[in-house]
Amino acid sequence: MTSRFVPGLLIALGVLLLGLIVAFTIGRYPVSLAELVDVLWSRLTGRPTTVSPAVENVVLLVRGPRVAAAVLVGGALAVAGTAFQGLFRNPLVSPDILGASSGAALGAVLGIYFSLGVIGIEGLAFAGGLVAVAAVYVIGSLLQSRDPILVLVLTGVVIGALLGAGVGLVKYLADPYNQLPAMTFWLLGSLAATTVADLLPLLGPVLLGIVVLVALRWRLNVMSLPDDEARALGLATGPLRIAIVAAATLVTSASVATSGIIGWVGLVVPHLARALVGPDFPRLIPTAALLGGGYLLFIDTLARTAAPVEIPLGILTAVIGTPFFIWLLAGMQKTWGS
Amino acid sequence: MSLAGRELTIGYRDRVVGRALNVALEQGEVLALLGPNGGGKTTLLKTLLGILAPQAGEVAIGGRALTAISVRERARLIAYVPQLHVPTFAFTVESVVLMGRTAHGNLFSRPSAHDRTVAAQVLEQFGIAHLATRPYTMISGGERQLVLLARALAQQPQFVVLDEPTASLDFGNQGKVMREIRALAAAGHGVLFTTHDPNHALRAADRAYLLRAGERIAEGAVGAVLTRSQLEELYRAPVEQLTDTASGGSAFLPG
Repeated sequence: MTSRFVPGLLIALGVLLLGLIVAFTIGRYPVSLAELVDVLWSRLTGRPTTVSPAVENVVLLVRGPRVAAAVLVGGALAVAGTAFQGLFRNPLVSPDILGASSGAALGAVLGIYFSLGVIGIEGLAFAGGLVAVAAVYVIGSLLQSRDPILVLVLTGVVIGALLGAGVGLVKYLADPYNQLPAMTFWLLGSLAATTVADLLPLLGPVLLGIVVLVALRWRLNVMSLPDDEARALGLATGPLRIAIVAAATLVTSASVATSGIIGWVGLVVPHLARALVGPDFPRLIPTAALLGGGYLLFIDTLARTAAPVEIPLGILTAVIGTPFFIWLLAGMQKTWGS
Repeated sequence: MSLAGRELTIGYRDRVVGRALNVALEQGEVLALLGPNGGGKTTLLKTLLGILAPQAGEVAIGGRALTAISVRERARLIAYVPQLHVPTFAFTVESVVLMGRTAHGNLFSRPSAHDRTVAAQVLEQFGIAHLATRPYTMISGGERQLVLLARALAQQPQFVVLDEPTASLDFGNQGKVMREIRALAAAGHGVLFTTHDPNHALRAADRAYLLRAGERIAEGAVGAVLTRSQLEELYRAPVEQLTDTASGGSAFLPG
C-alpha cells in the first residue's frame, strides 16, 4: 500500500533522472556529467559557464529540445495508455485503440502530400487524431449496445483500418522521390527534428490532458469496473467516459503530431508502473508519467547512438517492446499488477 | 421507505422480457427472486436498480420516481452486489471497499478520513479487516463476496440488491452470506437477492417472488409460496420435498 507507493515512485523518478543524464551526456559529441551540471546550473543561476560554447550548444540547443520532447511524449503516451487500459478494462489496450494514431497518420501524410511545411503537417496530424477519435466515439455511441465499451473498441478497429487505407492511398499517389521517404520516415516515428518551437504546441495539450486525468484519478478506479457496477456506485459513466477519452486523446494526438507514430510506450509502461505501485490510478498515473519519460529517453538515446544512422523510434520500441511484452504475458497474465 | 416497481415492462431495446410486473420491497425485509434461467430475474434486478430503464411503468423509491433521482443520489439509497467475478486489475481489498464511497464525494474528491473510517468499519463488521491490503484478485471466492458486501455497505444505502450472492461459493460460505443477508435486514436494510436455490430463499428471505418467462407466478411469504407444487410449476421439473420431523423445517431436492 502506502509503503509500496513511495519506493515505486522513487524508482520511477530515478529512471527518469538516469534517462536525463544518459540522454544529455551520450552521443557523437560526448558531454561529461560535470559539464552538464555546469551548463544547467549556469542557466538556473545566471552565472557565466566555464565550459566551451560548443558544449553549451549541444546541451541546450541540440539535445535540450529533443530531451524535453522525449520526456513529454513518453510521459504523455504512458499516461494515456494507463487511462485507456483502465477505461477499457483491458491491459492489452494502447493509446491508439480508438484511432488517434491512424487519424494523425492520415493527417500527416496529407500534410506532406500537399507540401504544407512542418507546422501544417503537425497541425493536420493533431487534428486528424482528434477527428478520428471523435468519429469513432459518435459512431460507436449511435450503435446502441449492451456492451458500449466493446462496440467502441470494435468501431475503433474498423475506422482505424479505413484510415490505414487512406494513408496507403496517399502514399501510392505521392511523389516517390521527395514525398514518399518523408511519409515513411514520419510514420516510423522520430524525435530527431524536434526544435524549441515544437515544444510549446506539445506542452499545452499534454499538460491539459494530464491535469484532467489526474483530477479524475479516483474516479478512474471505479471506471475500470463493469459499466453497471460503476453506475450503481454513483458515477454517470457516459459523460465521464467522454471526458477521459477526450483527455487521453488530446495527449496522444499532440504527442503523435510531434514525434510521429511511436507504438508500445503506451502499452508497456503502464504495466511496469503497475508492477511498481499496484493498479490504483491515483498512484499509477504519476508513476507512469515519470517512467514513460525515462523509458523514451533511453529508447531515443539508443536510436541516435546505436548505429551510424538514426534508427526510427517506432522500430526500436517494437524490437524492445515485443519480447518484453511476451515476458510480461508469461508472468503476469493471472493478476494484472498485483 | 420502500423500493417499488409498478406495472413494469422490462427488457432491452429489441426485446421485451416481462410485462405488468409489480414488486415492492420494504426496509427491514428480505425478498428472494427465483426463477429459471432466462426468466427475467437479472433484467428485473437491473430495472429496479435503475441501470436499465423500464419500457413502461415506473420504479419508485420512497415514493419518488427513480428517474427523478441522480445517479449519485441513487447510489446512496440502493447498493448493488454484482455476481462474483474476477476483476481486470488487482486492486487491494481496501481500495475496492473505498470505491463504495464514490457517491459520498464529488467528481474530483479523494477519499476523506471519514470515508476511510467507514471502509475500515465495514471491513471489521464482516471480519475481513485483515485482508485490507491484500489484492482483491488473490483472495478466495467467499472472501471476495464479503468484500463486495462490505463495499455495498460502505455506500450506506437503504436497500441492498444482490445478484446470485451464493452462486459459486462453497457450502460454508453460502451459509455465511445468508447469515449476513439476515443481518442486513435486521439492521434495517431492505434486501433483494436472486438465487437458483429455493433452500437459500427459505433460509434467508421473508418473502419470495417467483418469475417464469417474464411473468410472476407467485409472490408471498416463503413458507406459503415455496411449496413442491409451486416449484414444479416454476421450473417445469420434478421436485422432492424433505421435512425434518424434529424441527418441522423443509428443504427441496431437484429431480
